[in-house]
Amino acid sequence: MAKTLDQHFDDLRSTRVWRSIFRSGAGSSTLKRAMAIQQNVFLHLFSTKVRTRMLSFSATWYLGTLTLGTFLILVATGIPLMLYYHPSVPQAYADTKDLQFVVSSGLFLRNLHRWSAHAMVFLVFAHMFKVFYRGAYRSPREFNWVIGVILLLITLLLSYTGYLLPWDQLAYWAITVGSNIASAVPVIGYKIHFLLLGGHAVNANALLRFYVLHCMILPLTAIFFIAIHFWRIRKDGGLYAHSSEPAVLQAQVQGTPTSPKIGEKWGTPDTSGGKEEQ
Amino acid sequence: MKTTEDLSRRQFFTKLGLGSLSIAAVGTAAFSYQFLEPNVLYEPSPVVNAGKPDRYPLDSVTLDVNNGIYIIHSQEGYFSLSAVCTHLGCLTAWKPELNMIACPCHGSKFYVQAQGDHKPGDKIEGPAPKPLPWKRIWLNDDGDLLVDRSTDVPPLARDSFVRV
Repeated sequence: MAKTLDQHFDDLRSTRVWRSIFRSGAGSSTLKRAMAIQQNVFLHLFSTKVRTRMLSFSATWYLGTLTLGTFLILVATGIPLMLYYHPSVPQAYADTKDLQFVVSSGLFLRNLHRWSAHAMVFLVFAHMFKVFYRGAYRSPREFNWVIGVILLLITLLLSYTGYLLPWDQLAYWAITVGSNIASAVPVIGYKIHFLLLGGHAVNANALLRFYVLHCMILPLTAIFFIAIHFWRIRKDGGLYAHSSEPAVLQAQVQGTPTSPKIGEKWGTPDTSGGKEEQ
Repeated sequence: MKTTEDLSRRQFFTKLGLGSLSIAAVGTAAFSYQFLEPNVLYEPSPVVNAGKPDRYPLDSVTLDVNNGIYIIHSQEGYFSLSAVCTHLGCLTAWKPELNMIACPCHGSKFYVQAQGDHKPGDKIEGPAPKPLPWKRIWLNDDGDLLVDRSTDVPPLARDSFVRV
């Protein structure tokens, strides 16, 4: 009897090489499937189990996942763009035009990078609104909300620093205006302006500093905080599911109506019981 | 004899280690700050040669786009105003039909002639927090007008004008 595709895959997963890489091995038992998540360096940040309804579109509108998707697109398109871009005056503008008109697929990569950047800012805000109006920021998830606010700031800074790189009139004046806003800080404002630009005006130093911030410092910082953000979802008891939050369940047992003010009325939900295994 | 004020060996080394790390952290912060602050700048010179005075007719306002200054030839003499808006640093423009300087970014407007109590450079309206500063202007030995963009001078002061 010919083997099915699944059986071939199971054979592959039983091989010594596969087992040396993926320790969980073959098998579709709950334990094996949980181990496949728990023993993977990338997936172990997440819960080994999630409630099925949390995977439905209505629960989250997939806004956080979509934000991560745009971030990955931005990394994947940004790195090839760096191969044709010199962060120097006035070469940067010529390189941007080359990317538009001369480089194969340059126009596609640049447009994908730009539109993904716009989409990411939009999705971050949409994600935050969704979390806010569902009340998912409340205890025990306050810290992850704060991490989210930091990620919002990083997203905006990434957009801002990327704005200068084409070195056209729009970029120049937008960064002139934006950096002058920074100098409105009392006492140290001008110093911040000077350090940010590496000079008194938007010039070669400013372009290089923004390039390094945009391509190295801010993306690495973002990845650092994204990792914490995802890990905290598991640590805070999984994604927020209103109908199975401890405080809500308690209210249902007592026959009291649930309300959006659940956190105020019943205090902090106790999530210590059984939540850590998720 | 051991008193309560004595440190154990472990406590001593912990304090020594933390103290060393703190000193190293402060030093690193100081070095980082100094490193991030450029000591040498390859920016254009603040002193600009604006050419011979006869380039500027009487009662004219001339914007030098590249250097961000106005050369104004008034009845009192030649003087120079910064063309960089004091709001957020945009380049302003001279509007001859309105006889004023206006910023295209956020709509600040400035006097270009003395009117009543208002000096040239003073704000007419808009978000700009300060008047456009007057810049030091003088004639060099070749008879060219020079402007020092890094030096502000008091408006309408005797030395703030060049008279030819």
